Amino acid sequence: MNIYSREVKKKLKSALIWSFSIFLLILLFMVMYPGFATDETIFEMVMENYPEVMLKAMGMTGVNLATVIGYFTFCMLFTQICLAVQGSIYGFSILSEEERDMTADFLLTKPIKRSKAFIAKLFAAVTGLVITNAAVWGSTFLTITVFSDGHEYEPVMFVKLLSTLILFQLFFLGIGMLISVLVKKVRSALSYSMGLAFGMYIISATASIIGEDRISYITPFKYFEPNAFVLEGGYDPVMTIICGTVIVVSITTAFFLYNRRNIPTAS
Amino acid sequence: MKVIEIKNLTKFYGKNRGIEDVSLTVEEGEIFGFIGPNGAGKSTTIRLMLSLIYPTSGSAAIFGKDCIKFGHEIRNDIGYLPSEVFYYDKMRVKDLLKYSASFYKGDHKKRIKELADIMELDLNRKIDELSYGNKKKVGIVQGLLHQPKLIMLDEPTSGLDPLMQHKFFDLILEENKRGATVFFSSHILGEVQKLCNRVAIIREGHIVKIEDIKTLRQDTYKKVYVRTDKNAIEQTKFPGISNLEVIDGEVRFLYKGDITELLQLVMENNVYDINIEEPSLEEIFMHYYK
Repeated sequence: MNIYSREVKKKLKSALIWSFSIFLLILLFMVMYPGFATDETIFEMVMENYPEVMLKAMGMTGVNLATVIGYFTFCMLFTQICLAVQGSIYGFSILSEEERDMTADFLLTKPIKRSKAFIAKLFAAVTGLVITNAAVWGSTFLTITVFSDGHEYEPVMFVKLLSTLILFQLFFLGIGMLISVLVKKVRSALSYSMGLAFGMYIISATASIIGEDRISYITPFKYFEPNAFVLEGGYDPVMTIICGTVIVVSITTAFFLYNRRNIPTAS
Repeated sequence: MKVIEIKNLTKFYGKNRGIEDVSLTVEEGEIFGFIGPNGAGKSTTIRLMLSLIYPTSGSAAIFGKDCIKFGHEIRNDIGYLPSEVFYYDKMRVKDLLKYSASFYKGDHKKRIKELADIMELDLNRKIDELSYGNKKKVGIVQGLLHQPKLIMLDEPTSGLDPLMQHKFFDLILEENKRGATVFFSSHILGEVQKLCNRVAIIREGHIVKIEDIKTLRQDTYKKVYVRTDKNAIEQTKFPGISNLEVIDGEVRFLYKGDITELLQLVMENNVYDINIEEPSLEEIFMHYYK
């Protein structure tokens, strides 16, 4: 319990900053919604001027951006990128930071099992992600209530859209943790995180542009692609199951590897 | 009772040797010295015992329990001071020690205060404001605050000034009187000789010798430098003297044997200056490799 509360204390500030930033992001997008919705034709003309490749990469094709949920999917993509970066940073740092800061010698010579330290750290990271997740829910419903401007929307669709976010976050946490115990040393969690988060996004964008469906199985940006959600009325359950499996396998593997890990020396 | 029992312990980091076939036992109440040059495998051995790393082969047991299987139980009674101390920089000393104490049963506030007073450590400072020596003190307090039955010290004195070293040694001796066993790793022979009952010498991953400190001392040479107006010493066929040479009127030789007899010999001459030195660790190694 002492490890968990210390780790949560450490993560709290970062989780709140992420939450607030995402709130601002959603707010910024939704503030502009009433304008877009009233001048639908002008908006569509603007969109036609953009190259199709770019629209595909941004996941803006095939969806009516004048509807509340259609417009929201656009801002959802940016929220997802933020959440991917946050999840990855937590994943890459939570186990490796003790080794990088040479404090692993302190923590792991205490009378605790390694597995206990792992679980405490995992839960602390999940707590941080849940805080930000809750902020996304709050921001979404607050902004669509205020800025829907009389346009109809189904709250249930938003609930369905947001309920998979936690899986999206855990995917990056799990992969981050796994990679951090596979490599000898994580020198900078941030650069690894940027690589993982944007790498996954670029794969997803590439898959959209070239229309290659098989690549979709490796990136959560495809598992939970907001515009596919709107077009098909929900996410592909197969993709969701794949995501769940990846999370379970990566975290379990990280658990076993961490238990057998040789903690490097300070010098 | 055997507090530490290491059997054929071997650790390779990939192809690099950590230690090879190390066996030793430490009895309860001993202050056991573990001495060797840098990179000999001292830290590796300690880290294996703390299960920070896992052995390639062989086993280590502490308090009769396997270090890997019962690691978390064993560590209840171990106090460890790493050679390089790094702590959570943003914490204050007080909070770090409180966090450290929270892993052990019982209330350790009083003991923290006592130890901080002895080591003259300011509990209200932030860790990242501390000098290396002061961080070392934090390490000492966090290693001893739960009154461990086994104290593992990995090059504990680096960074401490002589006065603090002295206080630290007193503290260790006191803990030892209380019943604690001490495993003391160092590359400085002098401090090991001051404190330990027995020593193990490790070199290039192998134990070279395990010996009583007294025997080791008798067994080793002293380096003697004498300035005298006569070359009497040079001429005597005194037993125990070897490698004698005269450089700029200074007689230098190695001596092995009774120190009193040597002093008597020296006093018979007109001596301006005398210097008797412990052989360096390397010289002792050379001795064991002859």
